[in-house]
Amino acid sequence: MDNLVEIKNVTFGYGERPILKGINLAARRGQVVAIMGSSGCGKTTLLRLIGGQIKPDSGSVQVAGQNVSELDTDGLYELRRKMGMLFQFGALFTDMSVFDNIAFQMREHTQLPEEIIRDLVLMKLHAVGLRGAADLMPSELSGGMARRVALARSIALEPMLVMYDEPFAGLDPISLGVIGNLIRRLTDTLGLTSIVVTHDVQESLKIVDYVYFVSEGVIEAEGTAEEMRASGLPFVHQFVHGEPDGPVPFHYPARAYAEDLRLAL
Amino acid sequence: MIAPLRLVANLGRHTLEAVARIGVATRFFLATLLRSGTAFRRFGLTIREIYFAGVLSLIIILVSGLFVGMVLGLQGFETLQTYGSESALGVLVALSLVRELGPVVAALLFASRAGSAITAEIGLMKATEQLAAMEMMAVDPVARVVAPRFWAGVLSMPLLAALFSAMGIFGGYLVGVVLIGVDEGSFWSQMQAQVDFEEDILNGVIKSVVFGVAVTAIALFEGYDAPPTAEGVSRATTRTVVTSSLVILALDFVLTAFMFRGVG
Repeated sequence: MDNLVEIKNVTFGYGERPILKGINLAARRGQVVAIMGSSGCGKTTLLRLIGGQIKPDSGSVQVAGQNVSELDTDGLYELRRKMGMLFQFGALFTDMSVFDNIAFQMREHTQLPEEIIRDLVLMKLHAVGLRGAADLMPSELSGGMARRVALARSIALEPMLVMYDEPFAGLDPISLGVIGNLIRRLTDTLGLTSIVVTHDVQESLKIVDYVYFVSEGVIEAEGTAEEMRASGLPFVHQFVHGEPDGPVPFHYPARAYAEDLRLAL
Repeated sequence: MIAPLRLVANLGRHTLEAVARIGVATRFFLATLLRSGTAFRRFGLTIREIYFAGVLSLIIILVSGLFVGMVLGLQGFETLQTYGSESALGVLVALSLVRELGPVVAALLFASRAGSAITAEIGLMKATEQLAAMEMMAVDPVARVVAPRFWAGVLSMPLLAALFSAMGIFGGYLVGVVLIGVDEGSFWSQMQAQVDFEEDILNGVIKSVVFGVAVTAIALFEGYDAPPTAEGVSRATTRTVVTSSLVILALDFVLTAFMFRGVG
C-alpha cells in the first residue's frame, strides 16, 4: 500500500469542544478519496490538519512520509508547494483577473519567463474549459465557473495532492457534473491524489475510489463506492439515501420539548 | 454573583482582553517589519499600494488643505489686524500648517479614507478565505499582502501631509493676499524668514511619519484580526477610524511635548 496521506489516531478540538476523536484515514496515491459526513462533523478540520493550518492535539498526520505537525514554517511551505487546495467558494483573489489568479503561484515560486507562464496558464484554463475567460475578473464569473478557475489554480504547479472543500456546494446540476468529471479526469491524467470533502453523496459516489464516513468525530464507515451503496449500516444508509431522520437525528440536542414549552407534566 | 462583584469581574476581564489584544497587535506589527523583504525586493507591489492609499487620497487631501488654509487666512487676518500685524499672516498660516494642522488633519483624513479601505479589503480577503488560500499556496500573506500596504502607508503619509500644507499655504495666500489685500511681499518674506527648516518643517515631517506608521499598522491589524463575517468587517472598519483618530491626537500631544522648546 502506497499511501500519500496517512492520518493516525488524530484527536482535535477547539477549546473544550472536541471535533475529532481518534480518526484513522489514508489516501492512496492516484486515488480520489472522499470524506463524507453531515455539516459540522469535522470534515473541513481534517483538510486543515493535512494542510498544516492547524495541529492535532494528539496523533499524527503524515503527507508523503513527512509528519506535518512537526515541520517548521519553511518545511511546511515547501510541502504546501506540492499541495493544491480548492476552497469552498473558490477563494479567488478578487483584485486579479482569472489569468493572474492562475499565474499567481508560478510568479511567486518560479523564475519562469512571462511567455512560458502565459502558455502554462492557458493550458490549465483549457483543461477546465475556460481558456476564453482568461481576461475576466472573478466578479464576472458564475459560481460554477469560479469553481473551475479555482480548480485550475489549485493544479497550477502540478501538485501531488489536491484537496477539495465542498466542491459541489451550491452548483447547478450541469456544473455539478462538470466539476465531478474534472476532479476524476485531472486526478487520472496528472497522476494526482485527490481528497474530496463533501456531503453530496450522489455526485461524489460516481467519481471516488474510496469513501470515509465521518460522524461525531469518528469514522463511522469506510469502503469503496459500491460497498457504500450496498451498505447495511444504518448511518450509511440514512446518508446515502438522504433520509431526514435516523442515527443522525433531525433535532439538535435539547431539553425535553414539553419542559422547554413549560408544559406541566 | 452579586452585582458589584460582577462589575469588577467584567472590568478585569475586559482589561485582560485589551492587554492581550495589544500584545497580539504588537507581535503582528513586529512580524510585518521582519517580513518586509518582499515589499522592497519587489517594489512594484508597494508602488501599487501607494497608488491605492496615496494617490487616490490626493483629492480629499488637496481640497481639505485648500479650505483649511483659506479659513486660517480669514481667522488669522482678523486676529492679527487687532494688533496691527497683518503682515505676519504668512508666518501664522505656514507655521500652523507645517507644525500642526498639516500632519494631524492629513493623518485624520488618511485614516478615514485609506485606513478604512485597507481594513475592509484585508478583512474581506480573510472572510472570503483568500488569505488562507494564499497560505496554502505557500505564500506568506504578511509578506505579500500586509507588508507592501504598510510601507505604502508609511511612505505616502508624509508626502500627503506636505501637499496638504502646501495647498493650505496657497489657500491662505488666496484669501489673505488676493482677496483681502495683505502685502504680498511681507506675506512671503516673513514666512521665509520665520519658518525654520529643522524646528518647524522637519518636526512636522517626523510627526507625519509617526502618524503614517500608527494609522497603517492599526488599519492592517484590524483587518487581519477581523472576525470573518460581514458584521466583523464593518466593526473592524469603524474601529480603525476611531482608534487611529484617537491615537493620532494622543501621539500629537506626546510628540509636540518632546519638540517643545520651553519658554525663552
